[in-house]
Amino acid sequence: MSVLQVQGLNASYRKNKVLHDVSFEVGQGSLTSIVGPNGAGKSTLLKVMLELHPKLSGDVSFFGSSLSKTKTRVGYVPQRGSVDWDFPTDALDVVMMGLYGRVGWLKRPNKSHKEKAMASLEQMGMADFAGRQISQLSGGQQQRVFLARALVQDADLYFMDEPLAGVDAATERAIMTTLKDLKTAGKTVMVVHHDLQTVEDYFDHVLLLNRTVIAHGKTEEAFTKDHVYRAYGGTLRWMKEA
Amino acid sequence: MLNSLLSPNTQWVLLSTLILGMAAGMIGCLAYWKRQSLMSDALSHAALPGVVIAFALTGSKNLLVMILGAAVSALIGAWMIQWIRSSSRIKEDTAMGMILSVFFGLGIMLLTIVNRTAGGNQSGLDNFIFGQAASMVRKDVFTMLILAVLVILVVSIGFKEWKLFLFDPDFARGLGLNSRLMNSLYMGVLVLVIVIGIQAVGVILMAAMLIIPAVSARYWTQSFRTMVILSAVFGGGSGFIGTLISTLGKGWPTGPFIVVASSVLFTVSLVFGAEKGLLIQAMQLRSQKKDHTESSNQAVIKPQLSERGNHQ
Ligand SMILES: Nc1ncnc2c1ncn2[C@@H]1O[C@H](COP(=O)(O)OP(=O)(O)O)[C@@H](O)[C@H]1O
Ligand SMILES: [Mg+2]
Repeated sequence: MSVLQVQGLNASYRKNKVLHDVSFEVGQGSLTSIVGPNGAGKSTLLKVMLELHPKLSGDVSFFGSSLSKTKTRVGYVPQRGSVDWDFPTDALDVVMMGLYGRVGWLKRPNKSHKEKAMASLEQMGMADFAGRQISQLSGGQQQRVFLARALVQDADLYFMDEPLAGVDAATERAIMTTLKDLKTAGKTVMVVHHDLQTVEDYFDHVLLLNRTVIAHGKTEEAFTKDHVYRAYGGTLRWMKEA
Repeated sequence: MLNSLLSPNTQWVLLSTLILGMAAGMIGCLAYWKRQSLMSDALSHAALPGVVIAFALTGSKNLLVMILGAAVSALIGAWMIQWIRSSSRIKEDTAMGMILSVFFGLGIMLLTIVNRTAGGNQSGLDNFIFGQAASMVRKDVFTMLILAVLVILVVSIGFKEWKLFLFDPDFARGLGLNSRLMNSLYMGVLVLVIVIGIQAVGVILMAAMLIIPAVSARYWTQSFRTMVILSAVFGGGSGFIGTLISTLGKGWPTGPFIVVASSVLFTVSLVFGAEKGLLIQAMQLRSQKKDHTESSNQAVIKPQLSERGNHQ
């Protein structure tokens, strides 16, 4: 059964058309990287699917249903730069936010919620930083906090926007271990990824995107030099030389 | 001073500016993290034409009617700022500056006309410019108190939702928090606290009641909850003290004294603030420098030790 079905999706910012007729399907338990040059519309694709940005036309269905009916099953890790890390709060508090839907609006989180959030921080190797101001965390640590917040949601389908961008090697390993664990647990994950060198090692599926879908499928089939070159156009010099 | 304290009317006025200051301090924190401090200034200036028109139409100085006029006028201002921003290349801060000056100019113009036709300054509308808390009658005080308490309740009850909405609005929407509702609610409480404050504080300085306490509170804490509480305390405190001082002289405006009181609190926070204050930062730098010299002294000895270790 396909977990996510996208059909003929179009989206724009004012007059700037960003997504053109995007269609693809994602099966359960897959770990897909969304790859494409800067400005290809990767972040926009996630936002449009999650209804954070309006679509011009097209259909998106989650688990054969609409987003509003399956909201609790869908998790989102925004780009790290999308929030102000100077906001006065600590790591544990940010992770707790992942539980707000479960806690219920206007209700206060209780002890078991707190324990869940702590466990999630621990899973990301961040237990020692629970009380640390988020502004005092390194980029990699901030990314782990975001991951922990998504884990605590206990969703079935995750969207992550560049979780590996600008993180240290230890964080990259911790995040990849987590992603593989999610996959083993039968969850489906889509990750915007910028490092072409690691695509084959890390992901079993690839969605090559540049305003429209260039190629999509199993990594060994879709991630060919020809496809990558088409997605990146002339901007990718090393591919031509290789 | 004791006499004026004993007058029941003054006591009520003091209570109302205290609660108003608390409400404004709390809403100021929301505006601060929405990066919209300037918006509160634009909206309070934009409220003036509404106040004057409401008076001209009804011919009475009923506070509830004035508040309604102010709210309509401020909301039109807010809507126009959004409209200018989304339909032209003009940036939001420029749009706010435009609306602020155009609406305020219009308000002053209308005020001059109304004052002339009403005969001198009989209308008392001038009070809405710099604020005259002492001129409030008991009914006004109650109206203001009830609305300010309402604003405080809206922030307190949905505290966790406000925090999420301000820190990460996209994630909040992903969780199913209705962002349109939150935005409307935010605009609603912002306009409400502005319009109930303008009789006591005046349109020119109302924004200071929103901005200064929040900025001051930021110097003391790294917790959003504490920031909101402190901001409420600072806002309430300066509202109370400013009003108290202004009642000492006949016809002294309230707004300027409230702003002076909160500026004193700000200066104290800037220098002595426990988190980001100048003093604590200087002290931290000094101790870091000391640690640095100590550790570099040790570094001279360490290589010898490790060399010896290698030989073993
Ligand atoms: N908020 C926005 N307003 C206007 N244009 C935007 C906005 N966000 C992105 N864009 C434009 O849309 C295109 C795609 O952006 P994005 O989805 O962020 O690309 P990617 O994530 O693949 O780097 C870019 O050309 C970018 O300039
Ligand atoms: Mg992006």
